[in-house]
Amino acid sequence: MSKIVLTNVDKFYGKNHVLKNLNLTIEDGDFMTLLGPSGCGKTTTLRVVSGLEKPQNGFIHMDGQEIVNAAEAKFAPPSKRNLNLVFQSYALWPHMTVFDNVSFGLKIRKEPSDVIEKKVASALERMQIGEYAKRYPTELSGGQQQRVAIARAIVSEPRLLLLDEPLSNLDAKLRVDMRSELKRLHHETGTTIIYVTHDQVEALTMSTRIALYRKGELVQVAPPLELYDNPCNLYTADFIGNPSINFIKGTAKVDASGMTVDSAVGQQTYDRADMTPDAPTSGTVEVTLGLRPEQVTISKVQDDEHRVEAHVYSGMPAGSETLVTVRVGKDLVTVKELGSTHYGSDEKVFLGFNSKKVNVFETASENLIKYCV
Amino acid sequence: MKPNEQSYSKSRRLKNQIKEVVTNPYNVIVVIAIVLLTYLIVFPLVDMLSTTFHLAQRDLRSVPGGVAGEFTFYYWQRLLASDLTMKLLVQPLVNSLIIGAGVSICAIALGSVLAWLMVRSDLPFKPFFSLAVIIPYMIPSWVKSQAWLSMFKTPRVGGAPGFVASIMLNMGMSPDAIETVLGPIAYGEIAVIIVLSLHYYAYTYLLVSAALNSINSELEEMGEIQGASKSLILRRITLPLVLPAMLSAVILTFSKAIGTFGTINYLGSPVNFRTLSSELYSNNRSQNTQTAFAMAILMICIASLSVFINQKLIGSRKSYATIGGKGGRSTPIGLGGWKPLITLILIVFFIVGIIMPVIILILESCMLKEGAYSLENFTLYYWIGEGNPNIMEGVPGIFKNSNFKLSLWNSLKLTFVNGVFGTIFGQMLGYICAKGRGTFHGRLVEQLVFIPYLIPSVAFGGIYLSMFSKPQTVFGVTLVPALYGTFALLTLTSVVKHLPFASRAGTSNMMQISGELEEAATIEGAGFFKRFIKIVFPLSKGGFISGFMLIFVSIMKELDLIILIMTPTTSTLPYLAFQYQNQNCPQASDCVAIVMFSIVFLVYALANIFGDADLAKSMAG
Repeated sequence: MSKIVLTNVDKFYGKNHVLKNLNLTIEDGDFMTLLGPSGCGKTTTLRVVSGLEKPQNGFIHMDGQEIVNAAEAKFAPPSKRNLNLVFQSYALWPHMTVFDNVSFGLKIRKEPSDVIEKKVASALERMQIGEYAKRYPTELSGGQQQRVAIARAIVSEPRLLLLDEPLSNLDAKLRVDMRSELKRLHHETGTTIIYVTHDQVEALTMSTRIALYRKGELVQVAPPLELYDNPCNLYTADFIGNPSINFIKGTAKVDASGMTVDSAVGQQTYDRADMTPDAPTSGTVEVTLGLRPEQVTISKVQDDEHRVEAHVYSGMPAGSETLVTVRVGKDLVTVKELGSTHYGSDEKVFLGFNSKKVNVFETASENLIKYCV
Repeated sequence: MKPNEQSYSKSRRLKNQIKEVVTNPYNVIVVIAIVLLTYLIVFPLVDMLSTTFHLAQRDLRSVPGGVAGEFTFYYWQRLLASDLTMKLLVQPLVNSLIIGAGVSICAIALGSVLAWLMVRSDLPFKPFFSLAVIIPYMIPSWVKSQAWLSMFKTPRVGGAPGFVASIMLNMGMSPDAIETVLGPIAYGEIAVIIVLSLHYYAYTYLLVSAALNSINSELEEMGEIQGASKSLILRRITLPLVLPAMLSAVILTFSKAIGTFGTINYLGSPVNFRTLSSELYSNNRSQNTQTAFAMAILMICIASLSVFINQKLIGSRKSYATIGGKGGRSTPIGLGGWKPLITLILIVFFIVGIIMPVIILILESCMLKEGAYSLENFTLYYWIGEGNPNIMEGVPGIFKNSNFKLSLWNSLKLTFVNGVFGTIFGQMLGYICAKGRGTFHGRLVEQLVFIPYLIPSVAFGGIYLSMFSKPQTVFGVTLVPALYGTFALLTLTSVVKHLPFASRAGTSNMMQISGELEEAATIEGAGFFKRFIKIVFPLSKGGFISGFMLIFVSIMKELDLIILIMTPTTSTLPYLAFQYQNQNCPQASDCVAIVMFSIVFLVYALANIFGDADLAKSMAG
């Protein structure tokens, strides 16, 4: 229910430059995930938006209204921003019951007590913890505490909900449950959500858009599938996807009509139309091919002339899928195959893939030069 | 793209910045705290320093051509480089250092061993022992000295001989022979060191046991798996981990020991054993304020030096004790065959070191003539006797004595007022230190608050006496009226002197509250005061009570600090006891001491039962 625009935001902790000239727009109703390895500035972004941290430079606008103007030292206090935050540690007040925790903000806003009761009951109900209203946080399990923290954040119906790695303290199974719960919450309330995580699966499954960070800078902001299919550079390609994308070194001859790439997995020719606008237009360039493990097929017989010969390095059947690492020339390539198949060590196999699906990056600049189509 | 230029306005920026600073109560509180601390701590210190460089009216005769109030090096020269230096400074200084070093070594050794036994070993009767080891902290050192005298007093000094001496007399030894045997034990440095060690080991015990508690025993078990023997583990793993705590205990003990005055007065003065602190007291008493302050400054320098060395030694290790936080499991280490022996030694130690002094005090308080252990000599006169001109020059027993009632009331008032204010200020300052970690104002407050710790108690009383005996004016407006002889001065002195402890307790208390809990309230729109009342205070209640306890206990038994400020109307229990002792009436003094100890013990027990207070927790900050 609100649009947030961050413009030229800089944040320093002492001499440590944590956010570097950050520009990010979060559209109304977005489920925006800030993704990146730890220490890359995603939580700082969240705290800057929330008002708990003051950036040294930059502006933040919320629905066209200026809430931060660092040049004029104007910082709207958090409570004036109509947002709420779920902390990684939940930050539930241990000396208050669930009801008191959730109703705290409403009481500060001096809402009438019958309204408070109704709102708290509905928030608890929505998070399915209505029966625990009288308990203290320490009497609840981790998952229940998590629900209380979310209930506390949504009870005031904020226009913007900030979530700081909310699932990182839960066990694997609960995490999956809460994921769908949060997605449903976003769907039902329509609130704009900013979600911080270092878990790419969370990011890919839940968000409408992902902002990928590297050392305080934004690398790419895109919907999940676009990020997955066409990572803008090698960093994004490597960060997104589990198992990781395969990189294979090659050489490309580029001309006006397209390019021809030679590598350990054979020769491929691409149309200019599939290439990025910034791609070089002529000459010979060193490139890196990006090949997603699930896009490679594996066969024990050479049933197609395009198949490339490879030797099994290790096979890891896991029931629903099998991960096979094979050696092609000097490169190791991981293949993801559905079902479980047994491969012997050093067994000779043949790889195939749809060359259209391959990402090509220029090795020197690390940037994508050919889309996956 | 860059709206910087278009909407930038310097005046608006300034307005916003000022508004931000002024409307944030935290900033206001920090400013008030810094101003107050500067006024109450830095000013007196500067005042003290400048006093030593200005000639006093009474010394005009000693300085030819001097003018009162003029700048002079007379006092420093007299102290540091004159014929008097040896007697005035060097000897007391050497004595002070001997006491400081001796007490530190003994107290640290005793406290550490006790802490290890209590925390890490499978000693039996732990609940009993862990209460018993705290008791010495509640008995003032001057009461212990009194008990020591009752035990070992020789016939020479006048008055009746002590317990041991009377046995010796009964056995037919001559007073001279007793003097040779008992003299060195009864008075002088050995007596002082033993009594003070038995007192100050409690600091080491509290600090080291807190550190030991925070060590995960898995660290030790890892050593065991690697094949290290028990003594090797103790030396290479446990000891280095508690070393920072032990070093802080050294500082605490050392500076307390050289600053102590009561014990020296009791056990040193009979043999003319003088230390810097006793010299300081007598100089101050006899209006030699300048010399006394010069000595105080030297003592502050010694204390600062020891802190400095300590910080250099500890360096970055300081945080060991807190790193582990709650150290998961703790498996006691078996004492094996030594267990019965160690238990026996401990029991004997507690009987001789703790229970005996108390019993002797109680016994002596019921003796008509001190030192005569017979039934005819039994009396309750000193407790409840109506005035009898033959005893104590007609002063009635303490419960019939208006002086005692006044002192009791004063003591209770002082400890209560101080406990409340000291705790509130301490927690507030602790809040500033904890929230301001790493910022300039946080460090400033931390340093300012620490200063009173370095100033010896007697000297601190002296500064406040000279500073507040005249009205405090700024530009002709009287801010503080003359406070001499008022309860307010007593309170102010005690609160400020105990701020280092109180704020340390506050800091460690506040550090336990995660910043996110407060931030969550900020997000909900709670202002500073709302957060403090609704979140910070309820979560730190235990710490508040512990902090209160700490201040209560130490002010109840405080003598050194307020001895110079005392007037008959503001007399407290320790001072009354001190007076009785000086009037050679130890029985009455014992009675007062027993009452005081009972109050301290009672309050401690109550706080422990109802408030989940933990002295160790607030000490270990």
